[in-house]
Amino acid sequence: MTVASPSAERSVAVRRRSPLAETWANLRRSWAGMLGLALILIHIILALSSPYWVPRDPLEMNSVIRSQAPSGEHFFGTDKLGRDVFSRSMLGGRVTLLVTLIAIVISRVWGGLLGIVLGLVNGRADELLMRVVDALLSIPWLLLLLLIIAVMGTEMWVQTLTFGFTYGILTVRVARAATLDFVTSEFVLAARARGERRRTIVMKELLPNVLDVLLVDGSMNWSWMLLGFASLSFLGFGVVPPTPDWGFMIAKNREILAVQPWAVFGPVIMLSTLIIGINLFSDAFAKALGLDRSQGAPV
Amino acid sequence: MVALIGRRLILALITLILISLIVFLGVEALPGDTATAYLGQMATDESLESLREEFGLNDPLHERYLNWFGGILRGDLGESMVKRKPVVELIGNRFRNTVVLATAAALVGIPLAIVLGVIAGLMRDKWPDVFVSTTSIVGMTLPGFVTATILIYVFAIRLEWFPAITLVPSDVPVIELLPNIVLPIITLTLIMVAHILRLVRTNMIDVMVSDYVQMARLKGVPYWDIVFKHALPNAMLPTINVVALTLAWLLGGVAIIETVFNYPGIGKLMIAGITDRDFALVQGIAIILAAIYIALNLVADVLSMILNPKLRTARGH
Amino acid sequence: MNDCLVDINDLTIGYYTQHKKLVLVLQKVNLQIKPGETLGLVGESGCGKSTLGQAMMGYLRTGSQVLGGSIVFADHDMFALTNKQLESIRGRQIALIPQNAGDSLTPTLRVGKQILEAIELNANLSGADAKDRMVELLGQVRLPHPEVMAERYPHELSGGQQQRAVIAMALAAEPEMLILDEPTTGLDVTTQAHILNLLRDIVLETGTAMMYISHDLGVIARVSDRVALMYAGEIVEDTDVSEMFASPAHPYARGLLESIPRLTLSGIPNSMPGQPPIPGTLPGCSFTPRCSFASDLCTNQPPDFDSIPGTRHFVRCHNWKEVLATDFSQELQQVFHTFKHTTEDETALELSDVDISYYRPGIMDRIQSKPQPTPTVSGITISVKRGETLALVGESGSGKTTIVRTIAGLLPARNGTIKFEDFDLSVEVDRRPMEVSKEIQLVFQNPDASLNPRHTVAEILDQPLKLYFPHLNRDERRERQVELLERVRLDGRYRLRYPGQLSGGEKQRVAIARAFAADPDVVLCDEVTSALDVSVQAAVLDLLADLQHERNTTYIFIAHDLAVVKAIADRVVVLYQGRLCEVGAVDEIYSPPFHPYTETLLGAILVPDPNHEPQLLASDTPELAPPAKGCSFQRRCPYSLGELCEQETPPWQYPAESGGHKIRCHIPIEELSELTRDVGLDHINGNNAVDGSSQVIVQTKSNVEIPVSEPEKRGGLP
Repeated sequence: MTVASPSAERSVAVRRRSPLAETWANLRRSWAGMLGLALILIHIILALSSPYWVPRDPLEMNSVIRSQAPSGEHFFGTDKLGRDVFSRSMLGGRVTLLVTLIAIVISRVWGGLLGIVLGLVNGRADELLMRVVDALLSIPWLLLLLLIIAVMGTEMWVQTLTFGFTYGILTVRVARAATLDFVTSEFVLAARARGERRRTIVMKELLPNVLDVLLVDGSMNWSWMLLGFASLSFLGFGVVPPTPDWGFMIAKNREILAVQPWAVFGPVIMLSTLIIGINLFSDAFAKALGLDRSQGAPV
Repeated sequence: MVALIGRRLILALITLILISLIVFLGVEALPGDTATAYLGQMATDESLESLREEFGLNDPLHERYLNWFGGILRGDLGESMVKRKPVVELIGNRFRNTVVLATAAALVGIPLAIVLGVIAGLMRDKWPDVFVSTTSIVGMTLPGFVTATILIYVFAIRLEWFPAITLVPSDVPVIELLPNIVLPIITLTLIMVAHILRLVRTNMIDVMVSDYVQMARLKGVPYWDIVFKHALPNAMLPTINVVALTLAWLLGGVAIIETVFNYPGIGKLMIAGITDRDFALVQGIAIILAAIYIALNLVADVLSMILNPKLRTARGH
Repeated sequence: MNDCLVDINDLTIGYYTQHKKLVLVLQKVNLQIKPGETLGLVGESGCGKSTLGQAMMGYLRTGSQVLGGSIVFADHDMFALTNKQLESIRGRQIALIPQNAGDSLTPTLRVGKQILEAIELNANLSGADAKDRMVELLGQVRLPHPEVMAERYPHELSGGQQQRAVIAMALAAEPEMLILDEPTTGLDVTTQAHILNLLRDIVLETGTAMMYISHDLGVIARVSDRVALMYAGEIVEDTDVSEMFASPAHPYARGLLESIPRLTLSGIPNSMPGQPPIPGTLPGCSFTPRCSFASDLCTNQPPDFDSIPGTRHFVRCHNWKEVLATDFSQELQQVFHTFKHTTEDETALELSDVDISYYRPGIMDRIQSKPQPTPTVSGITISVKRGETLALVGESGSGKTTIVRTIAGLLPARNGTIKFEDFDLSVEVDRRPMEVSKEIQLVFQNPDASLNPRHTVAEILDQPLKLYFPHLNRDERRERQVELLERVRLDGRYRLRYPGQLSGGEKQRVAIARAFAADPDVVLCDEVTSALDVSVQAAVLDLLADLQHERNTTYIFIAHDLAVVKAIADRVVVLYQGRLCEVGAVDEIYSPPFHPYTETLLGAILVPDPNHEPQLLASDTPELAPPAKGCSFQRRCPYSLGELCEQETPPWQYPAESGGHKIRCHIPIEELSELTRDVGLDHINGNNAVDGSSQVIVQTKSNVEIPVSEPEKRGGLP
């Protein structure tokens, strides 16, 4: 606590770029990160545009062409009800993406802010709420999701709020831990000594520093949410049929896995590329922000 | 240290009570009551009323909670109105089956993950590391049912090595279960290995660039002595808690894998319970799973206290 | 050159950045060390001295590579050896003692085991012999109770003890060469003095050669036979220690020595403008942009590293003759300057009987109604006049920072009052009116941590402006920002930079500008220069003095460096374990009679003068908490009176009839003057009267019974 080694004068080289530009420059150097970003963007573009160009009506059933193997007409073949698997695979992520993307924002906002505030006040209220958070976290995630959805119904907005809430619980912890690294730092002490209001300290001093962690955590959480949503769909608690959805398609088409594996492979490929893309991106993103501690440059 | 462990124990108890409250209230909030769900169409007001009376559904909320929580403490999880059996009996063998599955996966997965993680960490950015790290991203991120489905397609449908689904009742001896759990174990192991491996790798990298490892090098300590004596114990300490969390997390998600493989375990029972609106069953399973989660964390805390001299020698907090 | 133990020839080391750009760390370093010689390698942070030290062990950080030259140690070319060969040399023939001993000990292994490992690897001993040797080593580094210490884990030792354990480890095989990389940086002055003595004794006993790396010229003067000065990856001067400090030939050496505050000279030293370039980026001499002797020749052609004819004095400068033409000691006298400021009669801040405690009872503690532990800080009564600079000094744990943070409102005072004008400041900042908060501003030690890395300089300066002057509009605030930057001698264009784009000195200026943005009456400076290099430190001191002069601001100034305090303070408060020991004007504090603790502190000071010998009075045993009663210094005091000091709080004594000098001690003032005289002024003035012995001095006086201070009276044994 007394004498800091004179490291302050170390960096002679001056970075001229803003932190944002710096992050982007770092990110661009990682091929995995760029691949991940490309996969995510392709999925978003597909989700937005697919209704306008898919070759078949995804809901159209045709008992004549049940469980057909892939062909020029049906790229991924057809399912048990004779629906075009390719078209359904292209459309199958729309609900998932919409729900998880909005839920991610919700979880950042409530979980992040609550976490920062708890880290800042760090007293009795903090201790009590963290116990509740711990309790909620110790209930298996699937059960928690299923319970809430069983209580509240399977409407899309319910699911969105459910995911936003459930995954926000984890965020509270993450944001609180990140905040604790900063609350004792001198720039926060300086703000407190100036007499800044608590809101200013949270929004101006802590949030910009915790934001890195929140964003990285968010991009990782996104893949968990997708996983969670797909799992719910797989169990039949997700998207209401006949709207195409990857998880539900995989669950239903498993019955014809032996005869028409492409009815499963189609949605599996789509879901996997998205999740892998998000994870590749998250990893590279964390490194670009310098949160991966193993990234030390020799100086 | 004893004081620290005592403190953890008290915290764990508080958490358990909180969970029981949350679970109880959450399940109570399920729309419709069991009586209606159970009797369905044929329900008359009278029969509903007598059923409610029988199960004490008309008592005030806090009384029912206290009854239920008191039951838990005595090992009684109540009675399933849907199956007309005590919950403990319903859970019995299925719980054992899930434990068999999870234990097998942990026994294979944890050592494998540690070995691979250490290798990847030591060979950072060389091809074994790149290979292991990239594969682990895939393994970690794919939903269990996707991995399971792919495994079933390859090993059950194409190669026909293992059965695709389990077709034995829940109460067969463990030995008869075994051929059925190969694919579920592989699925669980893949997910678990990926998580733990990535953490071990990061810790190993951190430790290998630490001042004390550098010091050991400059002291002239041979490389493998550095790895095993100086680096590994320190890299493993932060891993313990994550292993516990991963195990607990797996238990939560095991329901899906059990469903995919039609494996008679507690997870599949839980999903059936929610579909059937079997309140007592869902509450019982939730409490059991949460208790396991807390117990695993507690074990991890105590273990790291025993292994970490900083915590071991701490007096109080 | 075969009589050299180490022979470094034209060594150039560099690394490639992520952008594949080559960055040099060392260029063309030439250095020889003879057996048994102690070389001091000195330079400011970032000059490459640690890299050189590690390279001598045949160790490079990942990514770095040797681009040219060689290091030959005891006939081994260190970069031509295999890993196996290196392993057999390291620890056995050459050993490193690193800066941060706490991080260099493996946390999961017992201290004894780690030393044992070094012994078994390098000293060819095993079993009971090795164990005996380990205990012997622990004793040799003067760790109390070696057997007990060996059973401890690193985190159970204090910083000084950890450093001793690491030294023991390095000595395991009695190597021919020790490399010490800032081994005492971060330790308290008394601990530092003890460790340096230990090292000197070891060299005398074993004849080991040492290379001592440090940024601290006082330490270098104390330990070295010969000194090599580094600047921007080059060695710019290399000569024996007395020559280096008496008549340096490189302009950088002179600049550096002139920027150190001295106990012998009053006022603020000269500062050196600018900062070092990245090695190898300038076509000529690296020091040209900062050099007052620079000519066209210097800009275009790098000077050679040549000896001054007929001497062993090497210098890398075109103009060394001109530099040597002026007498250094006279030059030194002239560079010290003072700023006039007036201390008014009006009291700015008054603390009466303040107690501060970090202890917050938990629910369980309340139920059991546990007694509260003794407060961290207790019985502080100080008053500060408007326009005055009051310094708080003491080692770590003395409560300086706690007091200042309480004044700033970051902690509540448990008892007592803090008066500022008519306001009571014993409450935390959120309960104070904004007009009061505005008048009291705080500057922190570490500018890296005190500026939010996510804000530009403009945003940083905008915060106090917005808060305290809400009527200002954006343009007015922008004007103020530029004006503030100019007042701290920075260009207005710095507004758009992020802290990460500033050097340490620049960051500290921004932090000072932020404090002055409020236009405060009182500025609290918490070790504001201790994280900075000496050349920058002088500039910051200069700036602070200048700013004070402008508005007659009151400063409360915390520092552990007593020379810095001497340079800037009007009055000094000496604290130990959160209790007052001595209060007085600067001159009164720095001359006898002393409080025994003040004397201990002054005795341990190292000054940039090789003839100076520090006096070790008290042990450096760490104390974790203040004693429950009696004198706060009782456990370490060399003159302790026993019972009396342990039971009774000492009274205030006033050495002079008038004036504010007071000492809190049981020993009567006359005896205190007697006791403390011979260690007093003599060494401060540099004319060292005491001979080479460097043991703990325990003076005995007939009428005062003085027990020998037991080093481990409270050695933390459970």
